[in-house]
Amino acid sequence: MALNIIVCIKPVPDPQYYDKVSIDPQTKRITREGIPTIINPVDKNGIEAALQLKKTYGGKVTVITMAPPNAVENLREALAMGADEAVLLSDRAFGGADTLATSYTLAKGIEKIGEFDVIFCGVESADGATAQVASQLGEWLGIPHLWNVFSLENLEEKTMRVKTKIENGSMEWEVNLPCLFGVARQLNKPRFISAMGIIKAKSKPLATWGKNDLIVEDARLGLTGSPTKAGEIYTPDLRRKGELLSGPLDEIVDTVIEKLRTAGITIRTASTSCSAGEGGA
Amino acid sequence: MKNKIWVYAEQVESALDRVTLELLTKARDLAKALKGDTEIAAVLLGKNVKRLCETLADYGTDVIYVGESDALELYNPILYSRLITDLVKQEDPDILLFGATAIGSELGPTVAAQLKTGVAAHCVDIRINEKGLMVASVPSFGGKILGEILCPDNRPQMASVKPGIFLQGEKEPKEPAIHWLDTTELQPEKLSLKAIRIERKALAGVPLDKADVVFCGGYGIGTKENWDKLETLASRVGGAAASTRPVVDEGWAPGEEVMVGTSGKSIRPKAYVGFGISGATHHVCGMKDSGLVISVNKDDKAPVFEVSDFNIVADATKVLDLLMEKIQ
Repeated sequence: MALNIIVCIKPVPDPQYYDKVSIDPQTKRITREGIPTIINPVDKNGIEAALQLKKTYGGKVTVITMAPPNAVENLREALAMGADEAVLLSDRAFGGADTLATSYTLAKGIEKIGEFDVIFCGVESADGATAQVASQLGEWLGIPHLWNVFSLENLEEKTMRVKTKIENGSMEWEVNLPCLFGVARQLNKPRFISAMGIIKAKSKPLATWGKNDLIVEDARLGLTGSPTKAGEIYTPDLRRKGELLSGPLDEIVDTVIEKLRTAGITIRTASTSCSAGEGGA
Repeated sequence: MKNKIWVYAEQVESALDRVTLELLTKARDLAKALKGDTEIAAVLLGKNVKRLCETLADYGTDVIYVGESDALELYNPILYSRLITDLVKQEDPDILLFGATAIGSELGPTVAAQLKTGVAAHCVDIRINEKGLMVASVPSFGGKILGEILCPDNRPQMASVKPGIFLQGEKEPKEPAIHWLDTTELQPEKLSLKAIRIERKALAGVPLDKADVVFCGGYGIGTKENWDKLETLASRVGGAAASTRPVVDEGWAPGEEVMVGTSGKSIRPKAYVGFGISGATHHVCGMKDSGLVISVNKDDKAPVFEVSDFNIVADATKVLDLLMEKIQ
């Protein structure tokens, strides 16, 4: 049973550097200069899941992204991890898309790729973190979808057993193929890229499709196709007074305990119980 | 015409998620800000959920739509989303709010895709502007940037909010009209997606989101032993231990359920004491609403010191050991 597996990835500014993101006071735009663009970290768990499925059942892994042209580098990295083919959806008309327009465009790209059995997305992107594209893509494609998947097993007769995380627990599901999973980082540990992988990636197919390569309704693309509109952006001011507690550490710790008590926390200390003991004697 | 603000009343195993009451509290604020007559409604789906209507009534719902059926015992995105979508098409609410829980984070965007409308995800603030539109503030880049999201032309205007972001207000009891949804045609066994079972962990100690005091460890605590000290201290004062992402990744903390931050929990304890936390935006975003914030870090330039009330430049282990000695 060979599987056609598709993985959606998103190039994002490396989340390690988000403390350096700011808003340009003149242009009122977000500046993220110097921050490298990487594959959204949890999307790599999606790639890994796809590669493991392929190893067990055979088939093909295609990675797809909707992004500016330089995302070719991120797709090459996915190919170097072991994916077989890559598709870049890139067009000015796709710009400014919210999750509804993004998932629509991805769905149209996937329909052009053709038959598929399983689609993987990461649960959320590090930058926007709306966590909505996976579920909405499943809706556009009209297939069952699950979000927050941390366990995949027992693929038999075109059904799969899956577990999702919920608050303080988990749910177990049985789902028919074709289906879509938004995967959590607990699902697996993404592999590293080998030198051989990088060499092989150079000769793997990588297609770039624009609006005219897809069968789409223009009104559903990009900014036009996005029901949500962006208003003001700002940086929240979270600063506090930051008063330094200095002196011998023992005294500082006593001060901490006093401050916690003032904040309304009941604390029994060794000294209080000790002095109460002395009083009784 | 009446404004309609709806809240999805999330329940699991016949218990309402706390975020529902936080959202109903916010819905009351929004109702006051809207001009004209406003109706607040809750949508409640599940099995044996009728008694939850009392709680929803206590928090000011005018209308409750109840879908009760054995078929709805376990959450299923296909069944649940179709019921909500059909109801929305019929009643045409202006605003629809979901908790950004694991279930709500799937159900909200799924319903929105069926309705072809927009959702502002993981809002930290929701208000009504001068045009009567909902304006939601959403964090991006780990909370470093906040952006306003509007949904001017499509209805309902949707938003999701994580538990612990909005405060649960006082009760404002009403006597809501209860509308029963037709659930006779539901056939979960015929769906391409079947929920098999649910498992929930029994949590030890005080839940993180209800604790008055939280002892939080970052990567700088360095060892599993120090994590254990945080748990011990927390149990001695009736608080909870929490962590940042790296502490979970290192396996020192038990799992993501103790993680505070944009991809973890949002907390607002009376007091928060952080050990070995650098102060990355992802984490700060989840603890910024704490009452008192005390931070311990050996690096006097740690960004966390800018968002703390009191700073201690010291080795986390030393401070933890002294606290262990002193607090009984």
